[in-house]
Amino acid sequence: MTPYLLSILEGLWVTIGVALGALCVAAVLGLAGAAAKLSPYRWLNWIGDVYSTVIRGVPDLVWMLLLYFGGQILVNDIAEAFGFRRGPQINPFVAGVLTIGFVYGAYMTETFRGAIMSVPKGQSEAGWAFGMSRFYTFRRMVLPQMVRFALPSFTNNWLVLLKATALVSVIGLADITNLAKQAGAAARGEIPGAAIIFMAFAGLLYLLISSLSLYLLRKAEARYSVGVKRGTF
Amino acid sequence: MRLSLLTLGLIGAATLAACGKSEPPAPTAAAPAAAPAAPTWPELRVAIDPTYKPFTYKTESGEPAGFDVDIAKALCEQINSKCAFVEQAWDGMIPGLLAKKYDVIISSMSITDERKQSVDFTGKYYNTPSCVVVKTALNLGAEAANFKGKKLGVLKASTQEKYAMGELQPAGATVVPYDAQDQVYLDIKSGRLDGTVADVVEVRGGFLSTPDGAAYSCAGGRIPVEFDAKYFGTGAGVALRKEDTALRDALDAGIKAIRDNGKWKELADKHVPGIDIWGS
Amino acid sequence: MDKFAIIFEPQNLQLYATGLVATLELLIISLVAGALLTVPLTLMRVSGKAWLSSPVWLFTYVVRGTPLLIQVYFIYYGIAQLEWVQALWDTVWPWTLFKDPFFCAVLAFTLNTSAYTVEMLAGAIRETPAGEIEAAQAAGFSHWNMMFRLVLPSALRRTLPGYSNEVVMMLHATSLASVVPSLYDLTNAAYAIYKTYYLAFQPFIMVAVLYFVLTFALVYVFRLLERRFLAYLRPQGHG
Repeated sequence: MTPYLLSILEGLWVTIGVALGALCVAAVLGLAGAAAKLSPYRWLNWIGDVYSTVIRGVPDLVWMLLLYFGGQILVNDIAEAFGFRRGPQINPFVAGVLTIGFVYGAYMTETFRGAIMSVPKGQSEAGWAFGMSRFYTFRRMVLPQMVRFALPSFTNNWLVLLKATALVSVIGLADITNLAKQAGAAARGEIPGAAIIFMAFAGLLYLLISSLSLYLLRKAEARYSVGVKRGTF
Repeated sequence: MRLSLLTLGLIGAATLAACGKSEPPAPTAAAPAAAPAAPTWPELRVAIDPTYKPFTYKTESGEPAGFDVDIAKALCEQINSKCAFVEQAWDGMIPGLLAKKYDVIISSMSITDERKQSVDFTGKYYNTPSCVVVKTALNLGAEAANFKGKKLGVLKASTQEKYAMGELQPAGATVVPYDAQDQVYLDIKSGRLDGTVADVVEVRGGFLSTPDGAAYSCAGGRIPVEFDAKYFGTGAGVALRKEDTALRDALDAGIKAIRDNGKWKELADKHVPGIDIWGS
Repeated sequence: MDKFAIIFEPQNLQLYATGLVATLELLIISLVAGALLTVPLTLMRVSGKAWLSSPVWLFTYVVRGTPLLIQVYFIYYGIAQLEWVQALWDTVWPWTLFKDPFFCAVLAFTLNTSAYTVEMLAGAIRETPAGEIEAAQAAGFSHWNMMFRLVLPSALRRTLPGYSNEVVMMLHATSLASVVPSLYDLTNAAYAIYKTYYLAFQPFIMVAVLYFVLTFALVYVFRLLERRFLAYLRPQGHG
């Protein structure tokens, strides 16, 4: 039993790796998308709108399969056009990180857009009045204050993203879900109820990661809300 | 602010490190027009589906093992190459090969005319028949009509699935395709399926010889020989892309070499003792 | 572009049609069953008594903290491996249901959607303006009367926007039914065409378009519902 459990634990690194990688991609895309949607240029607004609407309108699994199977062929075609023997490999790990990051970037766009809009406009105006450039104002004045508003929704998105990483098992990546499934089938003779035990174990691992990250993010929320007056109920 | 940038940077660095570990090396530039004397393959990426005991499976600690895996290692030794095993779900095997995710498939893939339309094969490295597995107590022969009303699980995109869809389903059986053969055994054990269509040796190692499979056996021993040409092909071979002719020749030579020097027999006796899997 | 023509061949369109029907069946049954399960569970969740609210809290904590894929595998493969279930499921109802892959998938989706909805609805109930509750108590409403005539209708209305999100999520979640053997939903249709013809883009893009259209239809329906039920929250014109 223990070797099986240990081998499932190895999948933990893969899951966390995919989740954190996707989070970075999603955060970057989210900021870019929010900037596009809030910019004064109509065409940028349109790009941001199309991105967040189309991505959120299709299931994650379909995007994952499209990118994993179709994306590799596309990359190969492009590389061959340039004379390479084959293109860079989109292995399941990269496919998982890029897909999940791309999909959750759309949700992050909404998160950051709402958060940026919540920062009083007067803050930016004060910055501009002092002669700061738009970018500098954004970076030093709006961004730190935006974090406080973004955190609850960001936490939500992170928890959903974490669970979405289970989908990489469908494209064959050896994450917690995949390893639990294989172990459950392989050990069915020697350990009665192996399938249920290993699946429950996998679920427990996800619960642990969720709870831990929830705790950490709540602490971050508290830290970013220092000095904020809250109403009493 | 500085703290969050730092954290973000650390996460990014960790991710890049993780990415770098699992990504294969960068692509090589186009080979010169006049190829060097003997092509070499420093690393051979081999696709396996490790749910097919005793041919391809994983040990408790997650290491690939089995007849296919050992044959792959022996062949790699023959062509002075290093084997890197890539896990792949069975129904994505050929598409993955065509998309260049790996170089060869050494995972009990049967050589059939249909598959030859998209990929190339070496000669066979073993050949075993398939059979329909049901409860022994039913005392059924191998004819398709016997399985009317039975629910049989098959591996998606396998030759057994082709046979089941082509002969058993028209005869009244219900055929359910699964992602992996060992998931089929889970559902037979639980009672959702009445049996399966599987390779004779694989089903013995993966199911019949285990406590769960004690009440089951191959109906009629094996599927009638007349269906071999249409569905099952001429044995299991190494699948490669059509353009890799040099690799195919090298691997063919390798198969002949390990047959001649006794290594093949040694591996066959290790994984499948007492059965001749070379076949006809 | 010619490759797209393969998608429109009759036998492949048939695959998409069956897949579409299966997806909608899964969605509607899961939502209805989930809704039926949600209201009693929510009432337990907001109750002051710990022995009522704790089990429900545990249920939502576990179901919301684990991936749906694991829940599907657990119910389909995991439960099937229990000896006592295997002994019962040929003869004894309700265990006979667990043999059916469709039921297993629907059960997983139902539990999932009800867990999320319970938390949303419970949150809305807790946010009911204190003044309304005081007024009800002053007017002599009994606890249950107040719940069913005042708090619940109001909470249900306020949950509507969040619930529309949940319904869209459930539509996307039905694509996971493709991992259960013998369930042929929309994603499976695309996958089947990919494996037969080795076309990597076209079938998945077709399926993406179909899901997109379905999502928009759902969002539109909810917008109509919001216009009706949340009319009192709309920005008012000048009187």
